[in-house]
Amino acid sequence: MTGKPAVLTSVEIEEITAEMSHYADKAAVSIEALKIVQKYRRWVSDECLVAVAELLGISPAQLEGVATFYNLIYRQPVGRSVIHYCNSVSCWMLGAEQVRERLCRHLNVEPGEMSADGEYTVLPIVCLGACDHAPVVLVGGQLRLDVTDDTVDEMLGR
Amino acid sequence: MDKMDKPLTQNIEPDRLFATLADYERTGGYQGLRKAVKELQPKEVQQWVKDAELRGRGGSGFPAGLKWSLVPMDDARQVRYLIANGDEMEPGTFKDRFLLEKDPHQLIEGMIIAAYAIQARTAYIFLRAEYHLAARRLEQALQEARAKDYLGERILNSDFSLDIHLHTSAGRYICGEETALINALEGKRAHPRTKPPFAVVSGLWGRPTVVNNIETLCNVPHIIRYGVEWYKGLGRGADHGTKLFGASGRVKRPGLWELPMGTPIREIFEEQAGGMQAGFSLRGLLPGGASTEFLLPEQLDVPMDYEAVAKAGSRMGTGGLIILDDKTCPVKMVLNLELFFAQESCGWCTPCRDGLPWAAALLQDIVEGRGRLEDLETLSGLTRMMGLGHTFCALALGAMEPLQSALKFFRADFERYITGAGEG
Repeated sequence: MTGKPAVLTSVEIEEITAEMSHYADKAAVSIEALKIVQKYRRWVSDECLVAVAELLGISPAQLEGVATFYNLIYRQPVGRSVIHYCNSVSCWMLGAEQVRERLCRHLNVEPGEMSADGEYTVLPIVCLGACDHAPVVLVGGQLRLDVTDDTVDEMLGR
Repeated sequence: MDKMDKPLTQNIEPDRLFATLADYERTGGYQGLRKAVKELQPKEVQQWVKDAELRGRGGSGFPAGLKWSLVPMDDARQVRYLIANGDEMEPGTFKDRFLLEKDPHQLIEGMIIAAYAIQARTAYIFLRAEYHLAARRLEQALQEARAKDYLGERILNSDFSLDIHLHTSAGRYICGEETALINALEGKRAHPRTKPPFAVVSGLWGRPTVVNNIETLCNVPHIIRYGVEWYKGLGRGADHGTKLFGASGRVKRPGLWELPMGTPIREIFEEQAGGMQAGFSLRGLLPGGASTEFLLPEQLDVPMDYEAVAKAGSRMGTGGLIILDDKTCPVKMVLNLELFFAQESCGWCTPCRDGLPWAAALLQDIVEGRGRLEDLETLSGLTRMMGLGHTFCALALGAMEPLQSALKFFRADFERYITGAGEG
């Protein structure tokens, strides 16, 4: 590029470029690109956002508009593991608040905060599509069903 | 052939992790595709689906064949797109995840036939980010389909070519709205677009685009394989085919069942879900996800088809029953729903962007003991302000459905908070 130190790794650039072949227009990979960066870095920093925008040929402001629109693009650091507890109606009826309280109490955080050791961030999420097993939690890409106090303790290794 | 009354779940068995390609082919999988590309013209496929009166299973009930027939077909060089809407995020709904995880080839066959019907050469599966397992199964199934010539160049030696790409989203309820979904697929904020033009004429990158729900597309292979008459014989009422109905809340056996369209709510609730858990009684239910109106226990005999549920004052929506029990406060339940809708409003139009947080704040005040009786009038006013024709899309409209019905059916619960008598 222009002699500036590269922000994105060659692996990230390669993966983002590969996605471009699926669309008629490279700006369309905005969301995939942000998710690829996030896969390696856990969140999207300002520097990365600008670098991705440059790669896609769109303005950083446009990409920031996209990044801040979607619930699962993180624009601030998150823990190594993000624990999403569902707080939509069926889970709410069957104990989502208890799940949130136990998670937050164990980790000594409020939803959205990272635990002091950098291991966990707890975030609410909308209906995870497993209402017949409420309450549910999504962690590390896996659904945890029929969550109880014991599930929470086991999840956090307590 | 006794599984023929449950075509959508015929390959899904309790002791089977999911239906592999071999499992799917064993029960006739990809025969519908073979028939479509070998024996039927695209227009004929459209006509079959139109004649079968397949209605959209994502919530709106729009006739799928009619949608396809609105796509301009006269220019052979025209680029057209098909999109499978897998952005399932309607609270209380978990049918598409099940279909995708358990029998991914069924969707893929449905998509290839639908793409053939509208002569689209590129299709996308728009999948919500949180469905990680479904994404893995779909990627694998797409590879298998390509390897077997069901997908790719000159499918099964016909003139038809198609590729399907999997797009995983990054989480926003509004992406389920078809024009917002198209913006999301273009890499933009998922704001709905002005209609007209409708997506079937000008959609993805300005090209004719059909967006169909996952469950809708899963019906297509069976209609083509077994025919319109067979399909119409599956329904019990005005609508045809089967549907995945679900139940969540304090029922004995929460779950998901494939049943004929027109199955009465009572059968789903009592026979399938086993009725209420011990110690709880039925107070009401949302018949088709969060954005539908409450029905009451005396309405259990309403059949689950589009017109009948509408006549009862609600909508069949996604067919996911959310059961309200007597120990859950309806006001707090509606607060939970409105917080969801307020958060998920895309912010594009003012009534929704400002109205939903306002409604949620009033409900919060009420349950926290700061409510006034005139707040109930304000809430009623908001349901009118966000009513039909006042907002850009149907999000706020749907958000008002549980609220306005709760104000009508559970008014005493609201008033008890305000007069100081407390909850319940």
